[in-house]
Amino acid sequence: MQKIKRLLTFGFTLIMILVVVAACAQTAGENPTSEIPTSEVPAGEMPTNEVPTNEVPTSEIPAESTTITMAGSTTIQPLAEKFAEAYMTDHTNVRIDVQGGGSSVGVKAAGEQTANIGMASREVKESELTEFPGINVFTVARDGIAIIGDPNLSVDNLTIEQIKGIFGGTITNWKEVGGEDANIIVVSREEGSGTRAAFEEMVLGEEVLITETAILQPSNGSIRTTISTTPNSIGYLSFGYLDDSIKPVSVEGVAPTEANASNGTYPIVRPLNLITFGEPTGELKAFVDYMLSEAGQAIVVAEGYLAVK
Amino acid sequence: MSGRMIADKTVKYVLFVNAILSIVIVLAIAFFIFRESIQAWTEIGFSDIVFKSVWRPGQDQYGILAMIVGSVAVTFGAIVLGVPLAIGSAIFLGEIAPKGVQSLLRPAVQLLGGIPSVVYGLFGMVVLVPLLRRINVPGNSGYGLLAASIVLAVMILPTITSVAEDAIRAVPDSYRSGSLALGATRWQTITQVVIPAGKSGIVAAIILGVGRALGETMAMIMVIGNSVIFPQPLTANPLTLFLSQARTLTGNIAVEISYATGVHESALFATGVVLFALIIIVNVSARWLINRQSAITTTRQG
Amino acid sequence: MINENLEPMLHNNSATLRSNLKVRSASQNFWFSIMWLAGLITLVVLLLVLGYVIVQGGKAVNWEFLTTAPRGGLSGEGGISTTLGTTVYLVIITLLIATPLGVGAAIYLIEYAGEQGLTSPIMRVLISITNFAVETLAGIPSIIFGLFGYALFVSTLRFGWSLLSASLAGACLVLPTVIRTTEEALLTVPDDYRRGSLALGATKWQTLYKVVLPAGLPGIITGIILSVGRIISETAVFFVTLGGSHRLPTSIMEGGRTLALHLYYLAMDTNAFDKAMGTGAVLVILIILINLTINIISSKLTAKVRGG
Repeated sequence: MQKIKRLLTFGFTLIMILVVVAACAQTAGENPTSEIPTSEVPAGEMPTNEVPTNEVPTSEIPAESTTITMAGSTTIQPLAEKFAEAYMTDHTNVRIDVQGGGSSVGVKAAGEQTANIGMASREVKESELTEFPGINVFTVARDGIAIIGDPNLSVDNLTIEQIKGIFGGTITNWKEVGGEDANIIVVSREEGSGTRAAFEEMVLGEEVLITETAILQPSNGSIRTTISTTPNSIGYLSFGYLDDSIKPVSVEGVAPTEANASNGTYPIVRPLNLITFGEPTGELKAFVDYMLSEAGQAIVVAEGYLAVK
Repeated sequence: MSGRMIADKTVKYVLFVNAILSIVIVLAIAFFIFRESIQAWTEIGFSDIVFKSVWRPGQDQYGILAMIVGSVAVTFGAIVLGVPLAIGSAIFLGEIAPKGVQSLLRPAVQLLGGIPSVVYGLFGMVVLVPLLRRINVPGNSGYGLLAASIVLAVMILPTITSVAEDAIRAVPDSYRSGSLALGATRWQTITQVVIPAGKSGIVAAIILGVGRALGETMAMIMVIGNSVIFPQPLTANPLTLFLSQARTLTGNIAVEISYATGVHESALFATGVVLFALIIIVNVSARWLINRQSAITTTRQG
Repeated sequence: MINENLEPMLHNNSATLRSNLKVRSASQNFWFSIMWLAGLITLVVLLLVLGYVIVQGGKAVNWEFLTTAPRGGLSGEGGISTTLGTTVYLVIITLLIATPLGVGAAIYLIEYAGEQGLTSPIMRVLISITNFAVETLAGIPSIIFGLFGYALFVSTLRFGWSLLSASLAGACLVLPTVIRTTEEALLTVPDDYRRGSLALGATKWQTLYKVVLPAGLPGIITGIILSVGRIISETAVFFVTLGGSHRLPTSIMEGGRTLALHLYYLAMDTNAFDKAMGTGAVLVILIILINLTINIISSKLTAKVRGG
């Protein structure tokens, strides 16, 4: 009896191991480029590349077989992966590594030349320009930030003043802004997030700070999940992440749509910036030009962002 | 022959190096975490970090007092909820349960300790948080101290139960027979003789549980809400304190480390230093109690 | 382990004494039922968590889920194959580092430390500090190992977010487990074995290698399997040392995502709770298997020691 039990367990374990090995073998065998995710989740803000493994000291890259490292904003990351995927199919001698880390890390990585291209989903601050005088900033796309609530939210429209009140903690009940009698639950991104910085800069201004009682979530995805499952909650989210699980709220009577954002009526739009150290040259310049070309901007639109041209 | 002896000596020295590697690692951990935090201590200052509760890296404010309170509060909650259950289970396993039940419950406790913390976190997010949200208190989001304490109580249960059970089992059987022979009931024997004799071991078990609770990270991020506030009651009823959101020291590190640069990053390492110090104090006192326990039981046994 | 060996003997002894004393007050019945309740609640909690995760997660688990790669995306498309692969890589590399170091340390502490301590007071102090260090290491929370790995391996040594950084940090994490279980295993090997071998003219190392280690092997294997479990369930350390790419690493310098990390990302970044639960179910089943294996080995071990 004991023996049979033991045998069964070992058999089962063996099978599990075989499954694992088979799975690995299969995926390893597949063509790696086809696996580049179409819209990768902003990898939980993971790999900051303050310390990239593929370090390229200057913006100049030799023509034959080159690696371009991008690091920074997790909002831009999925878009950058699309750029990389498209560019690499035409330029087989180039390998583009896209890593996250957040906007601040993006500026720093470009400034310290630990990445060839930094990504920042907000304006580059004065302080950063002073710290890294050599950096060169260009806007590759623009992105709207939507104010979102749970799917059954009783409010459809908010003014900028009301939004300030809610996120600043002076308005705490939905009835104060024309909704049901229910407490407002504020959900926000972490300090350091480019989306948060852009939201603070464009909506809250200098004097209003996000209330301390806000639930803080570490990524766009978890903001969306929290709001979709928490009644009476409100937060803000990049346009690219909008879906049916949450309810977008109009701002000053303007719905958060791409049309309204590109014609300038929707007020909360931020630039998605790429940063290089000095003027890009060689293969790096070719890649940058590609992103700003018609083909590159078509990708921007396909991913749900606003083209810059 | 002499070749064998040389091999013998070499092996001894290699093994010795292996043995002291643990010392090296502990020192290296302390060194590197402290080294990375120096910038924060010098630029922000010790008291502005440890005694201030406003954490706004954007405004250069790096007070972690709210998170220290958050860690302590959630640990307290977990102890209140988890300790009676854990000690009860330990007494049950050590003194009361029939053999068959023991052989079922002991692996169960072991398994409970093996379940990954993200699985507990997920369970908390999907099952517990929506359930707690039904408590009708204004401002209650479900995320918060209570959800975190419950998850944590389950997570520290195996640690406390197994160490406490060891302590109870280490009490010499002559104590029990003596007590029973004097006419005490089994329950009286347990409360008057066994538990007092195993007291330091049981207390050590609880302290080890505290250490485990202070150190838990991922499950906490998933259910506690991560707000940087002093936990405070949501209404006039002080019990609603436990529905308040909070942030733990561990959560602060894990949530922000990948964003942080410069002083901000250094401040997160400073958070790590505070956590490290707390844990060392907790664990050293637990070890001291366990050693005292084994000293007591062996001398008495002899 | 020692406790378990002695326990039945002691128990029979007192059980007869106890059953002779049929003194049962109402209070005792009350408290005993409370204790039964405590045991029962513990069991129910376990079954609740396991049952929920396996039943809910089981719906998402099928052959395809296990064998396709995650495709990323906000809806968490795809399966878990690459994360299983990364987990296997990480377990293997971590154990390749931790096992020799941990087993070696344990051998020294059990087999050599005693005689060294007798000859030199400095060694005695060093050995007690070592024991203290192992205890300390066992109590340090995993996020601290993560921070350490981040500061030393990722930043200072410039290994970046990679399998190498993660497995080095992971090795520090499981080292005390390997040391402690190996020590216990070596302690159960009867001294007669050592004396017999030495008397036959073997050197100390030959004795250890040919006699003591084989005799303690099941216990050492238990420790290794226990470490496998820790690595599989660990998240915080790898969250800050392994990166988070869901592609399978092709070298030791590349990062990746383990099963547990994947579960975290799915739960926090996507709406795919079903996939997160599915990943949870796979994790939990792996842990159950590991615990079963450990129990089988240690019951075999106890049987052998009793027989010998």
